[in-house]
Amino acid sequence: MDDVKIKIKNLHKAFGKKKVLNGVDLEIKKGESLVVIGGSGTGKSVLIKCIQGLLTPDAGSIVIDDKETVDFRSRERDRLHEKMGMLFQGGALFDSLSVWENVAFALIENKKLQKKQAKNEAVRVLRQVGLAPDVADLYPSELSGGMQKRVGLARAIATKPEIIFFDEPTTGLDPIMADVINDLIVESAKGLGATTLTITHDMASVRKIADRVAMLFNGQIIWQGTVKEMDKTNNEYVRQFVNGSSHGPIKVEV
Amino acid sequence: MMKKIDDFLRALGRPLVNFVSSVGNLSLFIGKSVYHCVTPPFYFRFLGKQFMDIGFYSLPVVALTTVFAGMVIALQSYTGFAKFGAEGMVASVVLIAVTRELAPVLSGLMVAGRVGAAMAAEIGTMRVTEQIDALTTLSTNPFKYLVAPRVIAGILVMPLLVLIGDVIGIFGGYIIGVYKLQFNPANYINATLQELSANDINCGIAKAAVFGFIITLMGCYNGYRSRGGAQGVGEATTNAVVSSSILILIFNYIITELFFAK
Repeated sequence: MDDVKIKIKNLHKAFGKKKVLNGVDLEIKKGESLVVIGGSGTGKSVLIKCIQGLLTPDAGSIVIDDKETVDFRSRERDRLHEKMGMLFQGGALFDSLSVWENVAFALIENKKLQKKQAKNEAVRVLRQVGLAPDVADLYPSELSGGMQKRVGLARAIATKPEIIFFDEPTTGLDPIMADVINDLIVESAKGLGATTLTITHDMASVRKIADRVAMLFNGQIIWQGTVKEMDKTNNEYVRQFVNGSSHGPIKVEV
Repeated sequence: MMKKIDDFLRALGRPLVNFVSSVGNLSLFIGKSVYHCVTPPFYFRFLGKQFMDIGFYSLPVVALTTVFAGMVIALQSYTGFAKFGAEGMVASVVLIAVTRELAPVLSGLMVAGRVGAAMAAEIGTMRVTEQIDALTTLSTNPFKYLVAPRVIAGILVMPLLVLIGDVIGIFGGYIIGVYKLQFNPANYINATLQELSANDINCGIAKAAVFGFIITLMGCYNGYRSRGGAQGVGEATTNAVVSSSILILIFNYIITELFFAK
């Protein structure tokens, strides 16, 4: 099973009495783009945070590159993070740093690149995501939402990671900008040959990005398959979600 | 009857559990902070900025509070001592009050309001906008990057601030002594110098270092643990100022006890 990059088994995480993840099983193959769909508050973000070690799961195993990572200590964890990149939902850009310093953050802090070299590299990556070099010296607060997403993407791919996480990459963007971001995600992930895990509830995004789709409901993966299979499936939960209907087995708690 | 006891224990239990868990959280935070202050990698380049923020920009408030504190002590002690004909004691009372108590405590409280609040707000905002998570995913330890430079700068710069406050506070006493109470300037200065002892200054400095630790730590701790958007950040800011102010007064007593209790 060499081609499995991330293997999650029986993952549990609860906050107080609320069980958010209740036995998640998921495998992501090397170079694959997996999209996890699910309603708001179904624990998609918690899943990503557990894989990254930002949250410690209550039980279960997360194997990355054949290594159990749940009990990683800080140094091993740092090394693991060097293989990963993440695009946060709100961008999470450091607002005390300029755009290029954001993009080159890991290059300067971890790879100890010289300032000039790092800036050149940052400008190159910024161009890759469609931003002009003169953006590099601006601050994140001076950018529009779409541009912030691009900078976030540039920061995520600057270190050429093996695994990239996308947390609702298109939320809060207009449909055209969302499509641009989706294209950039596909482009940069394929360019790096990276394994990607995206969480979203934007179906347009799913169709564009996904090699495979998994649906999270009630803390478990209830369905997975390709986009084609998703369109044909008889699974009522998936169908309701894909069609965006308020009628069906998924009850919205008001 | 059993139900009443049960209810009573429940009512007692929840706050107790909350209290114990926050004490535990704080202890863990302190442990981690101290650990990351003394282990590499160090982010020395952030120290300069923190020195400026905590020390230099606090100078005006510290100067104003200590000069007026020195003035008021001179005035009050004069009215008291005049009854016993012991007006000559004013200089030494000002010296002791300022160096042992007023300069460190007032500077501490001022810096807590100015710097502790700003730290809690900044780190709290970074928390709720996921910037702290982003740091972690970029293989950078937030304790080393955010907390350690602030705590180290706080411990180092507060004593300097208090030394300056000492001088300004004594000067405030001098102004009142000489220009209002008509003491001879040379005699006043002589009386001050005669009374000057290393122990008083050291006590003030020890307090300042501890207060610097408390202020920066509570600012970082409350910011780091803030939850839930703007409201959470607001709460964190309030908690940072209130908790560090209370701790400053408590530790002020404890350190005084250590230095001067016979």
